[in-house]
Amino acid sequence: MISESAAGAVSAAPAAALARRRAKRRATWRRRGVVLLFLSPWIVGFSVFFGYPLVMSAYLSFTTYDLLSSPQWVGLGNYRYLFRDDPEIWTAVKNTLWLVAVLVPLQVLFAFGVATMLARAKTGVGFFRTVFYLPALVPPVAATLGFVYILNPATGPVNTILDKLGIEGPLWFNDPAWAKPSLTLLGVWGIGNTMVIFLAAILDVPRHLAESAELDGAGPFRRMGWVTLPTISPVILFSVVIGVIAAMQYFTQAYVAAAVAAGQASQAGSVSTLELGYPEGSTMFYPILLYYNGFRFFQMGYASAMAMLMLGVAFLLTLLILGQSRRWVHYQGAAR
Amino acid sequence: MRRVTTAVVLFAAAVLALVLAGVASSSKPSAKAPAGGTKASATTLTVWVGWSARELKEFKKVVAEYDKKNSNVDVKVVGSINDDKIVASLRAGQTADVISSFTSQNVGVFCKRGAWADLKPYLDKDKVDLNQFPASTRQYTEYKGYRCALPLLADVYGFYYNKKLLAAAGLKGPPKTFAQLTAYAKKLTKKKANGSLDVVGFVPTFGFYQNTAGAYQPLVGAKYFDGSGKSALGKDANWQKLLKWQKGLIDWYGHGKLVKWQAGAGDEFSASHAFERGKLAMMMDGEWRVAFVAAEHPELQYGTAPMPVMGAGTYGAGYINGTIIGIPERGKNRDEAWKLVKYLTTNDHALATFSNGIRNVPSTRTSAHSKELKPDKNFAAFTKIFTHPKSATIPITPLGAAHLDTFQSFLAKWQSGKISDLVGGLEKVDEQIDAKMKRAGGGPP
Repeated sequence: MISESAAGAVSAAPAAALARRRAKRRATWRRRGVVLLFLSPWIVGFSVFFGYPLVMSAYLSFTTYDLLSSPQWVGLGNYRYLFRDDPEIWTAVKNTLWLVAVLVPLQVLFAFGVATMLARAKTGVGFFRTVFYLPALVPPVAATLGFVYILNPATGPVNTILDKLGIEGPLWFNDPAWAKPSLTLLGVWGIGNTMVIFLAAILDVPRHLAESAELDGAGPFRRMGWVTLPTISPVILFSVVIGVIAAMQYFTQAYVAAAVAAGQASQAGSVSTLELGYPEGSTMFYPILLYYNGFRFFQMGYASAMAMLMLGVAFLLTLLILGQSRRWVHYQGAAR
Repeated sequence: MRRVTTAVVLFAAAVLALVLAGVASSSKPSAKAPAGGTKASATTLTVWVGWSARELKEFKKVVAEYDKKNSNVDVKVVGSINDDKIVASLRAGQTADVISSFTSQNVGVFCKRGAWADLKPYLDKDKVDLNQFPASTRQYTEYKGYRCALPLLADVYGFYYNKKLLAAAGLKGPPKTFAQLTAYAKKLTKKKANGSLDVVGFVPTFGFYQNTAGAYQPLVGAKYFDGSGKSALGKDANWQKLLKWQKGLIDWYGHGKLVKWQAGAGDEFSASHAFERGKLAMMMDGEWRVAFVAAEHPELQYGTAPMPVMGAGTYGAGYINGTIIGIPERGKNRDEAWKLVKYLTTNDHALATFSNGIRNVPSTRTSAHSKELKPDKNFAAFTKIFTHPKSATIPITPLGAAHLDTFQSFLAKWQSGKISDLVGGLEKVDEQIDAKMKRAGGGPP
């Protein structure tokens, strides 16, 4: 026989457990609320400045939209034109791939090289670090203007000096064969940010590893290949991924260089004389063509299709690099 | 938990402070607005224009006269407005009462329902005679019969020549045909000891300063589109004649040498301009150069004339373009805005005053011969070109200048010698332009 008090205790036990569970759930929700509250600036920013534009771009890519009239649904029409008929698209794709294939490796190599030298420097370390980092602080427009001036084939100091040495300098930004290499020079000059990251990574390489390798008879190149590079490989991967994405979005420098070199930077705009990608389409990169279609030719639907393709390609390239990186990137302490 | 609560309170306080700061700052302009010197009970009209600096001041002077005469409106002028801002404001529905654009090619986009208002009801009501505007200016202010804009001064392209250099070379008067122009150019060109170009007679490169294929079109009588609205660059033999002449002269200089010289020719809108420095003997340019020369190199001895032409019968004609002005369809004070637009575009005194200020060509037939215009022999040549019956502008399309850019991309390769089959190349450009126009709903009207 169960006494009344015992029965009461039995019925009170589930009630207490229920109350505990409720209190726990309330605490969990409160915690989630706090997390959400702290995350809310990012959530709002992400939704307004990324989520919504992304969804709208995806929708507009299936429409004809001139920015002023309502979008008209055209299905895959924009994509068909993009892959089959657009006369400029493959020039833009080729130019952009050139950047990915040439500019990005050179930037990474140069940043790594400079960082290696700075890591070994014994005197004037602060001075040299500042000097090599300074270009990264120059605004892209100002830097481009400076380069177009310096490399002006008629009046620029570089060709003037070459001329005095009896060498006929190239036409730089005015020659389709030299325009992209000139932009590459500009890109390599401004590697300050990447260089700093490399420098930090190189200085972080455990000394005992290099010393052990040295005791085993490894020379400087072997130490570089077997100790330094594997240790900083995550930083190399980071630089490559960021570099590829930046190359695919390359706009400001190419746009300014083309306008200034063509002598049309100051025109009021009453007559369209600006040649797309001056000279001869050599600086017409994918984002520049996208911008022209969207904002100069009022083809925002088509520009959106171009943007979606670019997003897809950037995503795939990044996946490819990350997938392939498993073979050469080593994470310290990672369980493999 | 206590730490979390404190953080939440701090975060909420920061957000509140930011919101309050925003409210405080956003409330400032409205608090000041009534004390802006406006007339009592007057309607405020906002006018957006592309002009800046000195030219903006001149425009404001013209508007100030109107403002003074009309007590019921208070006009505010905002300068440095470009088409990106115009389109963005039209989309947002927050635009000025009167808007103007330097890019008349975009009228095909502006003249659409919901963008710039149809001016026909106003023109009919006030019995405004459209024939007071030359045909080419009427063309670049409407699209497919929808008149959404009127011309506000015009840019007219003509020929500039350095009198001193011509006299030194024993040449009398400006050339009138392309053949003469070629002979003059060769005679006036001087080379340095190393073979590079020092003084160039005439630069035929498209893309240099104001040199565009479009500006040559009235000089050779070529057509962009055929009667059915299809691109006709490959079919029209006049384009081929023009391009062959142009390439011939470029090859005489040497393309590389010319590009190098162009790179050091000096900024177009500065005192270092090659023509103003005497490094370029002859050129095609707009009427505004007269004011630039007067301000920057008053000592320059130069003359103006119509551009030389390919064949007989078109001498005196030239390329015309200009500023367009209209009223946004969603503008709040459209009736008052129309009165101002009408004044600015049809009043001879207003047009002559503004023309004197910025030295653009007055855009009506009567104002082009107004006695109020400051007498200037060099400027007068452009008012004559403006009223020439064969002067022309480029066709208006729904894609702005997309067809010109496609053409220009081809021309860049042509003039550097990378195109061997001219006709085949032009036909390919036609196909590309047609494909673009088809996607945009058709070519020009």
